[in-house]
Amino acid sequence: MFFNKKKKSFVYLDHAATTYIDERVKQAMEPFWIKEFTNPSSLYAPALKVKGFLSEARKKVAKILQALPDNIIFTSGGTESNNLAIFGIARKYQNQGKHIVTSKIEHQAVLRCCEQLEKEGFTVTYLEPDSEGFISPKKVLSAITPETILVTIMYANNEIGTIEPIVEIGKEILKWRKEKNTVFPYFHTDACQAAGALELAVEKLHVDLLTFNGSKIYGPKGVGVLYKRRGVEIQPLFFGGGQEMGQRSGTENISGIIGLTKALELVQDNRLAENKRLFNLRNYFWEQVQTKINKVKLNGPKLEDELLRLPNNLNFSILDVEGEALLLYLDNYGICCSTGSACTSASLEPSHVLSACGLPYEYSHGSLRFSLGHCNTKADIDYVMEYLPEIVEKLRKISPVNLGVVQHAKYK
Amino acid sequence: MKINKKIDGRDAQGNTWLYSDIVKDHFFNPRNILFYGEEEIYEADASGRVGSPACGDEMVVWLKIDPKTEKIKECKWQTFGCGSAIASTSVMSEIVTENNGLTIDQALKIKPQDIMERLGGLPAQKVHCSVLGDKALRMAINDWFRKTGQHQRIVVEGAKIIDEKLRITDRDIEEAVLEGARNLEDIQKKLKVGVASPEAIPEIEQLIRFYTEKYYG
Ligand code: FES
Repeated sequence: MFFNKKKKSFVYLDHAATTYIDERVKQAMEPFWIKEFTNPSSLYAPALKVKGFLSEARKKVAKILQALPDNIIFTSGGTESNNLAIFGIARKYQNQGKHIVTSKIEHQAVLRCCEQLEKEGFTVTYLEPDSEGFISPKKVLSAITPETILVTIMYANNEIGTIEPIVEIGKEILKWRKEKNTVFPYFHTDACQAAGALELAVEKLHVDLLTFNGSKIYGPKGVGVLYKRRGVEIQPLFFGGGQEMGQRSGTENISGIIGLTKALELVQDNRLAENKRLFNLRNYFWEQVQTKINKVKLNGPKLEDELLRLPNNLNFSILDVEGEALLLYLDNYGICCSTGSACTSASLEPSHVLSACGLPYEYSHGSLRFSLGHCNTKADIDYVMEYLPEIVEKLRKISPVNLGVVQHAKYK
Repeated sequence: MKINKKIDGRDAQGNTWLYSDIVKDHFFNPRNILFYGEEEIYEADASGRVGSPACGDEMVVWLKIDPKTEKIKECKWQTFGCGSAIASTSVMSEIVTENNGLTIDQALKIKPQDIMERLGGLPAQKVHCSVLGDKALRMAINDWFRKTGQHQRIVVEGAKIIDEKLRITDRDIEEAVLEGARNLEDIQKKLKVGVASPEAIPEIEQLIRFYTEKYYG
C-alpha cells in the first residue's frame, strides 16, 4: 500500500524469548556429539574422561555462583528447574507447612506450579508488584507465616525487565528465620532473565535455590541449572539411574551442559561491558520512539537506573493500536519482537505482568516488548524506526479508537 | 459448510498464529476502510459499533443503502483489533458490496463460516474476531430499520437468563464458546461462577452444543 523501502530479512529484537548460540559455545559443544559421546556412568576410560568434563563443568558453574560443585544440579531447562525447586521443596517439607509466597508477575513455569500445588492443598500468596513491577521486601516479610516453607520471587522480569530486590528480600527472610529460630521459609529465585546480565553469587543474594538456563544466554536450549544450598533437600521429579546426586535421574546431556557452562562463562565475563552497550542502545531506541511516535507510554521501571531494569529490555505501549496487528506488520519487515496484547494469548487475557502492574486493558493491548542482544547495533534500531512510525500511523488510521477523545466501548 | 481445521496456527502455548495468504492480503491491504476522521464527513445511512467482550477490541461499520432496492451500496469500517479482525471485516465488506451489493435480507443471512471460508480458515481461537464485524453489520442494519421506521424488522438478539442463581444468559454462553469453552466446566471457569443450578445444566449444555455447532461445526 505505501511501503516501498528496502526490506531487511531479519532483525532480531526478542532475546528475552530465546537467543542464538554463541559460535564459541558451539565449538565447545561439538566434540561431545560424535567423539566424546559415552555415558559418564560407565566405567571404561572414555566414559571416565566424559565424567571428568562433566565435573569440570559443574565446578565452573559453581565458581560463578560462588557455590560448591555439588550444589549444582543440571536439568533440562528453566521450566524443569523451577518445577524441581517448587515441587521439590513443597513435597519434601509439606509436613512443616503448606504455604508458599510468590508474586503475580512470575513466569508461567512458576505460577502454574503454584496453581497445581493449590489443587494439592497448599495455600499460595501472590504478591502484587508496584506500578513498575517491584516486589517490596516488606510485603514479602508480612506475607510469611509459620506455615510458609518457600518464597519464590524472580530475579528479573521477562516482560518489563524489573530487577527485583532479591538481596533485600533474602535479608528479610534471614531475619525472620533467626527471630523464629527456624530454617523456613526457603528462598528460591528464577534467574533465567538475569543470568546474562546480573551477578549470580548466591551468598550475596541470600538465596537457597536459583534457576537459570542456557537458552537465554547464547547457550543451547534444553539445558538448565538448579542451584540448591547444601542442607536443603528436595523431592526429585524424575526417578531412575540416580544421576545428579540422585536428584535428577537421566543420562546427562553432556554437550548441553558443556555448552551452558561455556555460555555462562562468556556472558558473565563480558557482562559489564555488554550491559553498558545495550543500555545505551536501548535508551537511544526509546528516545527515537518518543520523538517519532506520539501517544506512547513506557512500561516498567525508568530507563536511567541500570540497577533497576535489565539493560536490554524496552517495553512500551502505543495507544489506539492493537499489538498483534503491529507484530504482524513488523514481521512483514523482518522485525521480531513480542506483545502483551490479549489478542495473542490463548486465554484472550492481556499480559498478566502488565495487568498486575495496574496497566489498563487498552494500554496492554498496544504493548510491544523489544529485547536487545549481542547481534544488535544502532543500524537495527534505525531500521525499526524507519517502519514503526508508518505502521502505527496506518493502524491508527483504520482504528475507531482514539483514547482520550473517543471512549473505548468496553469502558462505556 | 466446514471451516478448514487444518489452518490452525496455534503453537503449544496458543501464542502465535499462522494466517492464510488471503488473510494476510486483507490484513496488509484492507478494503473499504473509512480512515479515522473521515467518518465525520461520510454520509452513512446507518452505522453500528460493537466492542468484543472477549478481548476488548472494537469495531465500527457504516452502510450506504439504496432505499428502493434495499441493496447495500457501500460498506465502510474501522477496527481496533488483531489481524483476523481486520481481515475478516475486510472480507465481509467485500461480500456485502460485490456484484452491486447484497440486499439487506441477504446480508442478514451471512454466517461467520462464510467469512472464514473466504479467508481460507482462521485459527479456532480467532473465530470470535470474525464474529465482530458480522455483529457490527447487524447493528448497522438495525440502525437502518430504525431510521426508516421499520421497527418490526429489527432483530434483537436479546439475552435470555438461563440460570437464575448465577444470572447466566445465553449470550454469556455464546461469548464463552467463542472464547474456547466447550463444556460446563469451561463455562464456569470463563464466567468465574460456581456450580449451576441442577435444573439449568441440561439447557446450558444444549446451548454449548448449539453455539459450538454454529461457529465451529
Ligand atoms: S480482535 Fe482480539 S483476538 Fe482478534
